[in-house]
Amino acid sequence: MPEPILTIKNLTKKYGENVIFQNLDLTVNEGDTIVIIGPSGTGKSTLLRCINLLTRPDDGQIWLDNKEITARGTDEDKVRQHIGMVFQNFLLFNHLTALGNVKLGLDKVKKMSDKEATEKAMHELARVGLADRADHYPGQLSGGQQQRVGIARALAMDPRIMLFDEPTSALDPELIGEVLEVMRQLALEGMTMLVVTHEMGFAREVADRIVFMEKGYIVEQGSPNEMFNHPKFPRTREFLWKITELYGKKEKEAD
Amino acid sequence: MLTWLGYFERFGKNFLHGAGVTLELTAIGLAIGFVLGLLLALARCFGPKWLQQVAGAYIAVFRGTPLLVQLFIIYYGLPEIGIAFSQNMAAYLALGLNSAAYQAEYLRGSINAIGAAQMQAGRSIGLSKWQTIRYVILPQALRLALPSWSNEPISLLKTTAVVFLIAVQDLMAEGKRAATATFDFVGVYLAVALVYLVMVFALDALLKFLERKTKIPGMDIETSR
Ligand SMILES: Nc1ncnc2c1ncn2[C@@H]1O[C@H](COP(=O)(O)OP(=O)(O)OP(=O)(O)O)[C@@H](O)[C@H]1O
Ligand SMILES: [Mg+2]
Repeated sequence: MPEPILTIKNLTKKYGENVIFQNLDLTVNEGDTIVIIGPSGTGKSTLLRCINLLTRPDDGQIWLDNKEITARGTDEDKVRQHIGMVFQNFLLFNHLTALGNVKLGLDKVKKMSDKEATEKAMHELARVGLADRADHYPGQLSGGQQQRVGIARALAMDPRIMLFDEPTSALDPELIGEVLEVMRQLALEGMTMLVVTHEMGFAREVADRIVFMEKGYIVEQGSPNEMFNHPKFPRTREFLWKITELYGKKEKEAD
Repeated sequence: MLTWLGYFERFGKNFLHGAGVTLELTAIGLAIGFVLGLLLALARCFGPKWLQQVAGAYIAVFRGTPLLVQLFIIYYGLPEIGIAFSQNMAAYLALGLNSAAYQAEYLRGSINAIGAAQMQAGRSIGLSKWQTIRYVILPQALRLALPSWSNEPISLLKTTAVVFLIAVQDLMAEGKRAATATFDFVGVYLAVALVYLVMVFALDALLKFLERKTKIPGMDIETSR
């Protein structure tokens, strides 16, 4: 049986009176790529932020590698080292070069020597195809290149799992492909990934499981084949049809 | 008509000495103000609630009252409760404490602008809150603040002129002495004004240089305006 890396049980998050999700369960096995889809405002980003402890859930537990990270007294900074996060709008450190962005965590968190950190960072940049842009600042890179630096920055920490929050939705259509290609490669290499995206081509091809969330509930989850071809709920079919229609065109342009 | 230029020959040495003191007051006031202002801005942006309030109150009081009143309280008032300063020390302190309030506001604005998003990015790779502030937020916020913060050194340089009132021997005090000696108030103070002007221009050039030097490649938005 595959080992679960991430287990979420009974997770509840509220902002004031506003319940974002309630009693949410989700398991991610080692090496899996899970794609989360769902309408805007459904709580997808909030879920990722809970997993990364960037926000505190109100109730429920999250385990990473059989350690409860929502437990009191958890060293949050330590947990985050093991969870890579890629943001919709990249959020690179604008005052640092591509190399500097990837190196910062190695330097300050992992306390590597400068030489080691540079080597490792260059390796990660090469992985996303940007070794030749190491000394460029974010402002000198295209959106697609910035996002790939964002991925390299997260990868450098050798995370157990990578979270992607709509990594391509801020990109021009012609730049989406290069980012998805890097993610596809990561999945092939066996990285465990939890991806919020509307790119249905990617979901169909790469996902081991697609999770459809709506209004804070997981409506349905299953393999791409099950979800696209035999969804249990009409709502799932409806939504998948809608975003394929909506984003399909953009995707074609990207190819 | 330009006879007042002759005062540079007669009082040049005094003016030069006074200008030196003025620059010293500016530099020390600015340095105290920067360190304290940075702490205040950090307290306001990242501190616990009570600390935010303390910092907020400090800023409100020092921006809301005249510098001269602050100077007199420090120089004449504090000795009554047993804390006495030399004239220069009182001047450094008043200028620094006052400037801190203004600098805190400049810095707070840009820290907020860099803000929560960069904090998330920093934390996401495992940096602690303070590491993120130190290595991610401040390097960007300080650069962002520079163009508007540059008003402060210039404004402070001119503001230092009030300290002649507690007999600090700055440029203004030297001017006053020369004016009393010659009875030519207009001429002497024109000469003094010219010295201030030269210092302001030089400082301005220095700040522009600093702005160019610290510019982040590829980020032209601020400077192209
Ligand atoms: N910091 C916050 N304070 C209050 N409410 C918030 C906060 N963050 C998110 N919300 C609310 O939580 C709900 C879910 O937001 P979330 O960003 O998780 O949705 P999402 O599924 O990621 O949507 P999108 O597809 O638009 O990114 C929204 O109604 C949003 O207004
Ligand atoms: Mg979102």
